[in-house]
Amino acid sequence: MNPHLPWEAEVVERIQESPTIFTLRLRIVDEEARKTYRFAPGQFNMVYLYGVGEVPISIASDPQDTSLLGHTIRAVGRVTEGLSRLGVGERLGLRGPYGRGWPLAEAEGKDIVVVTGGLGCAPVVGVINYIIMRRERFGRLTVIQGVKHAEELIWRERYAYWNTLPDTQVLLAADHGGPLWPWHVGLVTEVFDQMEIAPERTVAMMCGPEGMMRAAVRNLTERGLAEDSIYLSMERNMQCAIGQCGHCQFGASFVCRQGPVFAYFQIKELLGVRGF
Amino acid sequence: MLEGVPEVSRAFLPRDVLQRLLDALTGGDFLCIGPRLKEGVIVYEPLADTATLPQGVHDRQAPGEYRTEQVSSPRQFAWANGPQALKPFLFAPREALWRVVRDAEGRLTFREVQPDIKPIAVIGARACDLAALALQDSHFLAGAYPDPTYAARRENLFIVAVHCSHPAATCFCVSTGDGPRATHGFDIALSELDDGFVAEAGSVRGKVLLDALGCSTAAAEQIAQAEDEIAHAARSQSRRLPGRNLRDALFANLEHPRWEEVAERCLSCGNCTSVCPTCFCSSTSASASEQPSLDASHAEHSREWDSCFTRGHSYIHGAVVRSDTRTRYRQWLTHKLGSWHEQYGRSGCVGCGRCVTWCPTGIDITEETTAICGEAML
Repeated sequence: MNPHLPWEAEVVERIQESPTIFTLRLRIVDEEARKTYRFAPGQFNMVYLYGVGEVPISIASDPQDTSLLGHTIRAVGRVTEGLSRLGVGERLGLRGPYGRGWPLAEAEGKDIVVVTGGLGCAPVVGVINYIIMRRERFGRLTVIQGVKHAEELIWRERYAYWNTLPDTQVLLAADHGGPLWPWHVGLVTEVFDQMEIAPERTVAMMCGPEGMMRAAVRNLTERGLAEDSIYLSMERNMQCAIGQCGHCQFGASFVCRQGPVFAYFQIKELLGVRGF
Repeated sequence: MLEGVPEVSRAFLPRDVLQRLLDALTGGDFLCIGPRLKEGVIVYEPLADTATLPQGVHDRQAPGEYRTEQVSSPRQFAWANGPQALKPFLFAPREALWRVVRDAEGRLTFREVQPDIKPIAVIGARACDLAALALQDSHFLAGAYPDPTYAARRENLFIVAVHCSHPAATCFCVSTGDGPRATHGFDIALSELDDGFVAEAGSVRGKVLLDALGCSTAAAEQIAQAEDEIAHAARSQSRRLPGRNLRDALFANLEHPRWEEVAERCLSCGNCTSVCPTCFCSSTSASASEQPSLDASHAEHSREWDSCFTRGHSYIHGAVVRSDTRTRYRQWLTHKLGSWHEQYGRSGCVGCGRCVTWCPTGIDITEETTAICGEAML
């Protein structure tokens, strides 16, 4: 069995989320492969564009429905620019799922804090949706997100909707607000003060720029959260996704295999050391 | 019985019997690979005739320096390793992973590529390279996704080791515990004497082959001389790493000024990672890795060796994690001598000294490590 070999997948739906962000809903063409495919929120697929190459993209859709896999992508490089031009019915390659996802089994019955910043929201939006759809299995949900400019926030109406749900608090911050920005203007860490958490029964999940995640970890641990209750989704150069090509190493960890989701204590030695 | 030597009967192969060994391997459908002098360098190439072995060739190695010279000697293995390790025979420098065919409607069919893998017999492998082979095995075979082409080549590999009697000045396998004696991973191991070889089998098929050559048992003096030469080779090494597990010492010194200082000498050229027998990075993202046909009907997806000294190695969408030489050299060394312990249970360095010899500016891993980890470790 060649572990590098993708399946063919078809674009079933394409949604433009912002000028540079789009979502592709993909169906694995081979019926057998589609039926046996299972994933956990936080895992990723390798998505291949014909003639150009592969990129790792986290799976943003719900694990209950594997007939359509949602990938929210920002067009920044050769592969993602090309993927952004695919239309419904067009074909690409897909293999996965890879890596370790969010600790959802351990998080059941606990309060959840989700922290995200910049444009790194896709992996955690998957987990927020997962929790919202299974609301009774989790305690209080707090969603914290920071962006540079207010207009960068995609899925604005979703955040507004979540904030209306019982036992759910949404705290958004933009460095630069703007007209009709009802949320905080300033650093995302400033909205932590508005959060109400019971540290002993809270699990935190975060994704985004590492500087933001480090600040969030500091803030949460100062509030009494244990280091093994804080999870971070890391991003490195994942090319093979099977722990062989060596690019995504973070110290001794292969982010594609031991990650991308890590408990904070697993990676704290090198987190924030430039060059790892 | 000599102390520390495993109790196996050893045969003596007169020098001309080596050709019969090659012929037997060739007859057994192996492609024999052995050393030869090419453009002034010892390289491993297909070997059919022992007359092409580098007889009387000695080498002189120093940081950033490699020279061979011809002397009058019957010996064919009186040299230390050149730049090439066993690595390229198993982990190909470039290889296709799959092909995709695109039909007129744009549908894609992904197909495996079946490389033509011929059984290989390597003649003259050194202890350091056998240690490196074991490390590459743990990387490519032991995980959840064993590499199919590496596995196919590895399964068919026959190894005739030659215990190292002439380490270079850049060698330090004694300090890593990997040489100069080959202790595992071979089918047959030879010690070269002036008139022939003391041979021991390391596997059943190696023993069958040795027995078939019909040679007499080695005399006690021949064995003693062979042992003497290995012991002398060990004593002649002057370079060493300061300790075998440097993980904590390296990670405690991530901001040591020496990283900056070595970065001023390092060209970030990647020679060290190319000659390193354990470096395993490969890339599928270089534009050369993806070769679409001009008529857009098919494309080939390949991987090729990569180096942590390149800018692309640490690229993540729109940013580079290691944009300067300091962080790249530090990544290489902290991985090789540090993280490797957590990943594979030992250091990733086998003391072959190639990175020292083939560094264009002569950066010496033993010297840098000693400077960073401190003399206290010695």
